[in-house]
Amino acid sequence: MSNYSMHILVCGGTGCKSANSDKIIENLEKHLAAQNMTDQVQILKTGCFGFCEKGPIVKILPDNTFYVQVQPEDAQELIEEHIVKGRKVERLLYEDPETNKRISDSQKMDFYKKQIRIALRNCGVIDPDNLDEYIARDGYQAIGKVLTSMTPKEVIEVIKASGLRGRGGGGFPTGLKWQFASQYQNDVKYVVCNADEGDPGAFMDRSILEGDPHSVVEAMTICGYAIGASNGRVYIRAEYPLAIKRLQKAIDDAREYGLLGNDILGSGFNFDIKLTYGAGAFVCGEETSLIHSMEGERGEPTTKPPFPAESGFWGKPTNVNNVETFANVPVIILKGSDWFTKIGTEKSKGTKVFALAGAINNVGLIEVPMGTTLREVIYDIGGGIKGGKKFKAVQTGGPSGGCLTEKDLDTPIDFDNLLAKGSMMGSGGMIVMSEDDCMVAMAKFYLEFSVEESCGKCTPCRVGTRRLLEILELITSGKGKMEHIDELKRLCRVIKDTALCGLGQAAPNPVLSTLEAFEDEYIAHIVDKRCPAGQCKDLLKYYILPDKCIGCTACTRVCPTQAITGERKKPHVIDVEKCIKCGACIEKCRFGAIVKK
Amino acid sequence: MAELKNEQFNELEQFIDSMSSTKGELIRVLHKAQEIFGYLPKEVQKFVAKKLHVSTAKVFGVVSFYSFFTMTPRGEHNIAICLGTACYVRGAEKVLDAFKRELNINTGETTKDGKFSITGVRCVGACGLAPVVMVGEKVYGRVTPDMVKDILEEYKD
Ligand SMILES: Cc1cc2nc3c(=O)[nH]c(=O)nc-3n(C[C@H](O)[C@H](O)[C@H](O)COP(=O)(O)O)c2cc1C
Ligand code: SF4
Ligand code: SF4
Ligand code: FES
Repeated sequence: MSNYSMHILVCGGTGCKSANSDKIIENLEKHLAAQNMTDQVQILKTGCFGFCEKGPIVKILPDNTFYVQVQPEDAQELIEEHIVKGRKVERLLYEDPETNKRISDSQKMDFYKKQIRIALRNCGVIDPDNLDEYIARDGYQAIGKVLTSMTPKEVIEVIKASGLRGRGGGGFPTGLKWQFASQYQNDVKYVVCNADEGDPGAFMDRSILEGDPHSVVEAMTICGYAIGASNGRVYIRAEYPLAIKRLQKAIDDAREYGLLGNDILGSGFNFDIKLTYGAGAFVCGEETSLIHSMEGERGEPTTKPPFPAESGFWGKPTNVNNVETFANVPVIILKGSDWFTKIGTEKSKGTKVFALAGAINNVGLIEVPMGTTLREVIYDIGGGIKGGKKFKAVQTGGPSGGCLTEKDLDTPIDFDNLLAKGSMMGSGGMIVMSEDDCMVAMAKFYLEFSVEESCGKCTPCRVGTRRLLEILELITSGKGKMEHIDELKRLCRVIKDTALCGLGQAAPNPVLSTLEAFEDEYIAHIVDKRCPAGQCKDLLKYYILPDKCIGCTACTRVCPTQAITGERKKPHVIDVEKCIKCGACIEKCRFGAIVKK
Repeated sequence: MAELKNEQFNELEQFIDSMSSTKGELIRVLHKAQEIFGYLPKEVQKFVAKKLHVSTAKVFGVVSFYSFFTMTPRGEHNIAICLGTACYVRGAEKVLDAFKRELNINTGETTKDGKFSITGVRCVGACGLAPVVMVGEKVYGRVTPDMVKDILEEYKD
């Protein structure tokens, strides 16, 4: 990054790209050229900054100015004002919702203050397509250090001492896993990166691969050296075209630089990486399924042992780690395990990346030290609940996890605490729910997912989850009975105890944890035939309050079934027979005259 | 319905022949086949089975296992509605309902004129824009049910 006096970083993550960030770059380039400044200012397309809620993001260095919700039309002003005249474009700066002050330095934003970026260290900082930029940020120094000055055993010892645990959900100690894989002798061994990211509503791994693919390439190579493997594979979702493209480029470039392939950095060590595409089956995130899928088969799990470390891909010793786990490795090698163990809690070291979404003001990608509380995540970083609503629950661990409530807000987040609270760390999806979200419907949503994704191999999961879903459907449509609650609990226990793999074993968690914390909501659906959050359609009726309706006719125009009638300037009425409960009218009425109950 | 063309089979054949080994490559071949044909009808599955020297039943077993593979042709414009958790919590179901109503088809179906189809997908990684809808490659963010008509209008002719 040397010859330029200024850099303009534009987010090229999936979220911002969808919001036209390519066009912003194009326009910035055009206006920069018009000012004859292309040799002084460099425009870079980076990975995700994390602040997706207010994307597209543009950041200007060296002064660290952080612009939000930039539109292609803003390019001219940014160049002419900020770049040429050195005057910040106030209207595009982030406005602190509490003080209403504009903040220009991202370091001063609440969203970033409590974050520590290790796995995401380069996301939103470098151009992921440019190997030199990765190198300029100490990239490939760790592999250099490992190959020239460390034995495989020493590498494993450092990872063990760091306390790094798997970020794919299980939290298994990474160093120990490497040690197992290193103990099995074979002429062919594999390092596999699990980039299947199946939790719907989570995009941690995707953002790392899109924003900093070389960190994963480097880490896999280090792992190969440590366990004595020369073959790397990344199992990546076919639904992630941009991540695939950037990762493939990173692999090709690394090979060209002699950082992959034969005799890496003249050390005599050989290692190369190939991609294998997933095809949309959640169970393939489970490592035995993943291996079957890589072999071109149906991705059904098999019982362990044997563990992949002994007999994995094509029956060879195989070490499977998650993308984020790998992304931590090069830094640990360079900065040492002591540095890493200073971050986090006693048994969970380092940081965790979360995809924060749902009823929260700042949807985005965050990385916080283990031990941060949910309150800090939701209120300080996440900016609180959207629309000033009341917080109700947060789901971690996706369809395998559970919900945490008000009373858990001050629990420090780490692997063991979340398990103790009936949820789990999971891969990092964090869905925030407000008073408007029905917990029974939420449990139903996750069960629908599990039913669809059950591979069908074992009965408790295939049949049991379907039965759970049927009961939840009865309850949300007002046909529930009190006996159903006990039946749910009993079924959940059976499935948990008897399903073959993690998918089935964890599928009841959303039901169990919502039952535990919100049994009253279940009862309201069953006994009062009422959905307290006003979400379950079958239990709702829409009607118009005559004393509030001024007869503006706004609602009649949006109603898709012409269910609303009334004369202009006179109170309107909804025909409950015709109403399909789409909710469009409520959103249009500016007088609060339409209610659902 | 789109016809299966000879040159499409030729392209697939060339792809398979260019592989140094087909061991374990069934899924990769099916990805390519779907890219070429747009879907994986019986004829294509049979062709793949023959080329890779595996049974048709095995190919079918794999195709039916993975949701990314489809055996019915999609519409000229496929409307992929994200039903990931972040989108669900921000109202994706209502958006889906609106599309279904406007087009008078269900998820997984194609309109009679072959123009539109609807599929549900999971997290496209743009949760900040939830609820998200993709028509072909184009991403629409913060979609509300009353935007549905206008979105469809863009593709009417
Ligand atoms: C149903 C199921 C789905 C899973 N999905 C994923 C996934 O999408 N990504 C992932 O990295 N691990 C997933 N895992 C965990 C993997 O089996 C495995 O533990 C992990 O990839 C190991 O890497 P780590 O130790 O670095 O976390 C899943 C496990 C189960 C049971
Ligand atoms: S628990 Fe479910 S997903 Fe796992 S093996 Fe059994 S049927 Fe398949
Ligand atoms: S909820 Fe929908 S269908 Fe019912 S009255 Fe309102 S706009 Fe019409
Ligand atoms: S859940 Fe829809 S984009 Fe992530």
